[in-house]
Amino acid sequence: MYAFEFHRPKSVSEAAALLAKSKGKLIAGGQSLVGAMKLRLASPENLVDLGGVAELRGIKREGNAIVIGAGTRHAEVAASKDVQSSIPALAALAGGIGDRQVRNMGTIGGSLANNDPAADYPAAVLGLGATIRTNKRTIAADDFFKGMYETALAPDELITAVSFPAPKKAAYIKFRNPASRFALVGVFVSQDASGVRVAVTGAGSAGVFRATALEQALAKNFSPDAVKGIKVDTAKLNTDLHATAEYRAHLITVLAGRAVAKASS
Amino acid sequence: MGTSVSLIINGKTVTANIDPRMLLVQFIREHMQLTGTHIGCDTAQCGACTVFVNGNAVKSCSALAVQFEGAQITTIEGIAGANGEMHPMQAAFKECHGLQCGFCTPGMVMSAIDLVKRHGNSLSEQAIREGLDGNICRCTGYHNIVKAVQQGAANMKGV
Ligand SMILES: Cc1cc2nc3c(=O)[nH]c(=O)nc-3n(C[C@H](O)[C@H](O)[C@H](O)COP(=O)(O)OP(=O)(O)OC[C@H]3O[C@@H](n4cnc5c(N)ncnc54)[C@H](O)[C@@H]3O)c2cc1C
Ligand code: FES
Ligand code: FES
Repeated sequence: MYAFEFHRPKSVSEAAALLAKSKGKLIAGGQSLVGAMKLRLASPENLVDLGGVAELRGIKREGNAIVIGAGTRHAEVAASKDVQSSIPALAALAGGIGDRQVRNMGTIGGSLANNDPAADYPAAVLGLGATIRTNKRTIAADDFFKGMYETALAPDELITAVSFPAPKKAAYIKFRNPASRFALVGVFVSQDASGVRVAVTGAGSAGVFRATALEQALAKNFSPDAVKGIKVDTAKLNTDLHATAEYRAHLITVLAGRAVAKASS
Repeated sequence: MGTSVSLIINGKTVTANIDPRMLLVQFIREHMQLTGTHIGCDTAQCGACTVFVNGNAVKSCSALAVQFEGAQITTIEGIAGANGEMHPMQAAFKECHGLQCGFCTPGMVMSAIDLVKRHGNSLSEQAIREGLDGNICRCTGYHNIVKAVQQGAANMKGV
């Protein structure tokens, strides 16, 4: 790990000012960043720690939406009564990230800013049409993810919260890579008045994406049968040592069907 | 350049000026000389470095010590009774032969206690196997670890 200077702001505005001035990097749970720094994949000269910024923590209801502070840990989302009752699929997703120890440190803001192509939260954000709030603006889910490890965030911008509208029905099914615990493929399906969304993580070569062919079929008929036999285009899917693009394409259809069944049960 | 950090380890307040690169596990092992917490992988996979931070299990190899300003840290050395008697979970690992080389054991015991705190004293085999999926053992095949956690959980009633 290369040397850096460590800063402990107490508020979002102080953190943003430090970030802009130092051209440094934020650290939240450190569950992705510390590993990357050990490997020298990241070598910030300044680290701005969000751990002491109390206003970033917590979960609240705002009308029909659940708003989760960026610094909220995965374990807190999984255990939240509000999330469990309004969006049980989101609580279950958070409870399936990594392992217990990772969930006790990792945060939703860190996961979204990192935008690992196999991460779970991006599927929920895109699959529920959530809104990302930053210190500067709000960003719709459809505009936030910009490819592998890339987002719409500016270098001096930080996520403050994520607002998830509660859907009529939703479910997430993840086919876990047993070694890394990340999604080999994960499919998030939701239905509400504005339509059906199907978000896929773990499979796309540009990260999380919406499976429009599946969405169209499910908009007509929200049942597992509706997606049976739909072939997902393999052109933009990953082939790596874990699975081929064909295998991933197959999994997307199968998991989408299971997610629809689960959402409807 | 040094960064000051103050934390409470096993009930004792410690303040130090450290290189901010120091991992929590290095602080525990090298600065505090509490070598019960092990480093198996250094990549957040194996769980041998598991400690409690404000009561929650975390992997101390994958976070910086300076992130824990003001936190209460409990290591494997901090769970024994007042007179040094073994914690019921440690005793159960001994009785059930829940270890062979013992390298994973401190982390297993910490994760097991965390599991009991969240899920109570009566744990199914499946709950234990799932709950310990952040901890890897290269020796036992897990069978006796599951037995030990079941017994330790039952014996933790009222602890
Ligand atoms: C063993 C292991 C297994 C895992 N398994 C999974 C899994 O199954 N599914 C999954 O989704 N993830 C998994 N993860 C990743 C985990 O969820 C991380 O917690 C998460 O990716 C990063 O969150 P963090 O809070 O730790 O962020 P950090 O590591 O602290 O930061 C990550 C990045 O986000 C930036 N950042 C942090 N907070 C903000 C903010 N508020 N605004 C803007 N940028 C910010 C940082 O600058 C950094 O670039 C796993 C990690 C480990 C170690
Ligand atoms: S040493 Fe920390 S998880 Fe292996
Ligand atoms: S007893 Fe040897 S690694 Fe578990």
